Amino acid sequence: MSKFSNTMRTLTGGRGISQYSMIIALVAIIVVFEIMTGGYTLDPTNVINMVQQYSYILILAIGMVMLIIAGHIDLSVGSVAAFVGVVVAQSMAIWHLPAGVAMLLGLVTGAVVGAWQGFWVAFVRVPAFIVTLAGQLIFRGLNQVVGNSTAVPTPASYNWIGNGFLPDFGPDFGFSNPTLILGLIVVVALIWKELHDRRKRVAMGATSQPVWVSVVKLVVLCGITVFATYLFATGRVGTSFPVVGIIAGVLILLYSFITSSTVFGRHIYAIGGNSSAAVLSGVKSRRVNFLLMMNMSVLAAVAGMVFIGNAQASGPFDGTGWELDAIAAVFVGGAAIFGGIGTVAGSIIGAFVMAFLANGLSLLGLDSSWVSVIRGLVLLLAVGFDVYNKTQGRPSITGLLLRGFSRKKSSTVTEETLEAQPQNPEQPAAEKVDKVPLS
Amino acid sequence: MANAPILEMRGITKRFPGVVALSEVSMTVRRGEVHAICGENGAGKSTLMKVLSGVYPYGTYDGDIVFEGEEVRFSDIKQSENAGIAIIHQELALIPELSITENLFLGNEPGRFGVINWVGAQKRARELLHLVGLDEDPDTKIKTLGVGKQQLVEIAKALHKDVKLLILDEPTAALNEAESQHLLDLIGGFRDSGMTSIMISHKLNEIERIADSITIIRDGKTVETLDVAAGGVDEDRIIRGMVGRSLESRFPERTPNIGETFFEVRGWTVQHPVDPDRLVCKDENFFVRRGEIVGFAGLMGAGRTELAMSVFGRSYGTYLSGEIVKDGEEIKLANVHDAIHHGLGYVSEDRKTLGLNLLDSIKRATVSARLDKISRGGVVNGLKEYEVAEEYRKLLRTKANSVEESVGKLSGGNQQKVVLAKWMFSDPDILILDEPTRGIDVGAKFEIYNIINQLAAQGKGIVLISSELPELLGMSDRIYTIFEGQITNVLSAEEANPESLMVSMTSTRKTGPAE
Ligand SMILES: Nc1ncnc2c1ncn2[C@@H]1O[C@H](COP(=O)(O)OP(=O)(O)OP(=O)(O)O)[C@@H](O)[C@H]1O
Ligand SMILES: [Mg+2]
Repeated sequence: MSKFSNTMRTLTGGRGISQYSMIIALVAIIVVFEIMTGGYTLDPTNVINMVQQYSYILILAIGMVMLIIAGHIDLSVGSVAAFVGVVVAQSMAIWHLPAGVAMLLGLVTGAVVGAWQGFWVAFVRVPAFIVTLAGQLIFRGLNQVVGNSTAVPTPASYNWIGNGFLPDFGPDFGFSNPTLILGLIVVVALIWKELHDRRKRVAMGATSQPVWVSVVKLVVLCGITVFATYLFATGRVGTSFPVVGIIAGVLILLYSFITSSTVFGRHIYAIGGNSSAAVLSGVKSRRVNFLLMMNMSVLAAVAGMVFIGNAQASGPFDGTGWELDAIAAVFVGGAAIFGGIGTVAGSIIGAFVMAFLANGLSLLGLDSSWVSVIRGLVLLLAVGFDVYNKTQGRPSITGLLLRGFSRKKSSTVTEETLEAQPQNPEQPAAEKVDKVPLS
Repeated sequence: MANAPILEMRGITKRFPGVVALSEVSMTVRRGEVHAICGENGAGKSTLMKVLSGVYPYGTYDGDIVFEGEEVRFSDIKQSENAGIAIIHQELALIPELSITENLFLGNEPGRFGVINWVGAQKRARELLHLVGLDEDPDTKIKTLGVGKQQLVEIAKALHKDVKLLILDEPTAALNEAESQHLLDLIGGFRDSGMTSIMISHKLNEIERIADSITIIRDGKTVETLDVAAGGVDEDRIIRGMVGRSLESRFPERTPNIGETFFEVRGWTVQHPVDPDRLVCKDENFFVRRGEIVGFAGLMGAGRTELAMSVFGRSYGTYLSGEIVKDGEEIKLANVHDAIHHGLGYVSEDRKTLGLNLLDSIKRATVSARLDKISRGGVVNGLKEYEVAEEYRKLLRTKANSVEESVGKLSGGNQQKVVLAKWMFSDPDILILDEPTRGIDVGAKFEIYNIINQLAAQGKGIVLISSELPELLGMSDRIYTIFEGQITNVLSAEEANPESLMVSMTSTRKTGPAE
């Protein structure tokens, strides 16, 4: 037993297996549904469908986790996605904009919406919770104004981004060639990354891990990749890897990099961890908050555009409840309610958990009301388990008190007080503004 | 009479993932004494007290605790409180937005059926405040009190319950001399009325004065227990136990090499952030020369921190007027970012709430003020980050397994070293140090003084804010005194002594202009 746990410790870089609880939960969910649906969950058709249907959760979770790390939240993503969707659809229906231009318009619309919400959050210092609650109403309303509360169909030239596939080429082996190539690229990248990381660890003088750890890790990751490649490459004729999958994949890589390796990424964690200390380290917190809100709306715009492509129309009820999917994915993925903790990768795992759950339950033909109950319970259990894990062996009560103490106090130094001018003596109003997440 | 032990801790071992914080620590506390615990930063003092008070519940450590003749196994703080053990942690845990009364009874509200009896509470609050000699209205909000008074509220809170053993973890670290004196008298008074206390402190003179016996811990092990009553115990004796050797002097030798004035603040006037009728700085003038260590003396709340922070990118209060001149040019510092890039650094007195993101690793915290130095095109160079952090960890001898460790898990003194590393890495020309040795052990203090001297020798200007007069006198080339938001005097190292400083720290009269 202890031998096993030692092995796990080495394998997980000394962190122990509990770090990977969400991955284990994900695997368990997949296995359970695979059995219960008689092997249909991991059928190529279903997997491809899932990617097209649920990629919006992935895309939204990326922006959401960044906001939640910084101590904010966005409840308007569903409405913003729907609003952008209808603007794009109408622009093609009325002005006959080409698909590419319409997409550009969609992104710009998202940016403008984000700038609007960012202004209120970062400069007026209204809590994001309130700003985006208002945004949820505003943009839902605007969606129905622009779309006259009816469905607006989108042209086939556009729908490609939602339901298209990588175009096939080359000789026919009975597999989709571009998918095979993609799979190969991923495998090569994984190996390169592992080698690179090993070299970096050596340079940092860290106790270098035994080689077998790297081998096991690579075998598992490459195995998953090969299996996924096989799934996507053997779907119905004419299908291959979905375009939305590429979009989501690129965004995941890009934002993982931004959050983990850039100055901007560090600033997000700094603000969420202790905003006063961040400000006193020279972080321009207002700018960061503004950009984060804007970024979220742009990603919501992407999600909305992908969605209408897949649905082949924009409708008045698009995107309802998306904010909850995204927020749930982030918390299932290990982010902290207080901010300061969370990763893009974790949230993606969380998004997969939410997606497989929704898909599996609907495959089982469960009534949508029960689907909702079960997803709610899973969110609660996942976060509850996480919180329980983290409070083990810690001064829970004092910890919480101290936490609350530093929270309150942390709002005493804000950029507001930094640049407060004589005509702005209303300081206390800015005090509690910082965190009102879903607590 | 005073010989029966009230507490025995035997063979206490406490492990955290990757560290053994305590190994086989034993200690015996006699009834009615003041028992001090001494040791370097990270020796395990706070951890031992957390084991005793149930913060780390039974089962998460090995060893036995015998309290009042019975073996006790606390599973939370509530149980240790009921047994008569009260702990006042190193970091105060009062809620700033609530009143004294509300804080006093938080978690033990008097009353029935969940309805709080506020009249009774007020009355009891007054009694408790009287016991600790705090003359404040119980309705006062905590956030309006200074640290010294907050500390007394913490003690009053502990006294509300029937305390047999009072544990104080560095109670005087944030207090000035008068406040410390009051607190020590109070503890002495408790002893006379039969209460037992355990006190952790890095201020050895206080320990020498008040303790009846001293347990010394080094690297998680009990080194020895000294009986002060038996005589022969002085500060040097304690230090020898703590660090294993004697310290020749408390302040390193230094020959000041002072250049021209290169940093000057003129007519600095700042308004209180909330109350526009209050000025926290009134037309202040001061300057710093190259290679000079300039001390700022003042009582707690005199406005030294406020002055420093408002200069540091207007991070406190509302700027009204005044100018900052550096290297002959006026510089405008609209925010902290500007201040850092104009070569200013500020080590806050409050590391937990202003100095550090406790979720950061040592590595991330060390570079957090100057990410631009280790990044290119906005991308952080992880390897450089690691090297920088390692370099400073070795330089400052921060006690941690690796720079990947979270700063939240370090002992208080080691957190302070990380803050220092962060600002040393930012490589400022003017470094403002606000109580830089608060909570730091004697050995590490000496190292920090050495570093300050090195920085000065490199031609940097150092502003040293401290409430410990010996530290100011031992380190500074020139000392400004502040009283109620005003610089009242400036004394050269030769002119300054505790008496002359005290006079200027406690009166408004401007005895000498700040040149
Ligand atoms: N929660 C924790 N997780 C991991 N290590 C910890 C934790 N708490 C304390 N430690 C480690 O245990 C050791 C003892 O810490 P402790 O806080 O007891 O020191 P201390 O003697 O009180 O020091 P100081 O004088 O600086 O307050 C340190 O090495 C610290 O890093
Ligand atoms: Mg301590």
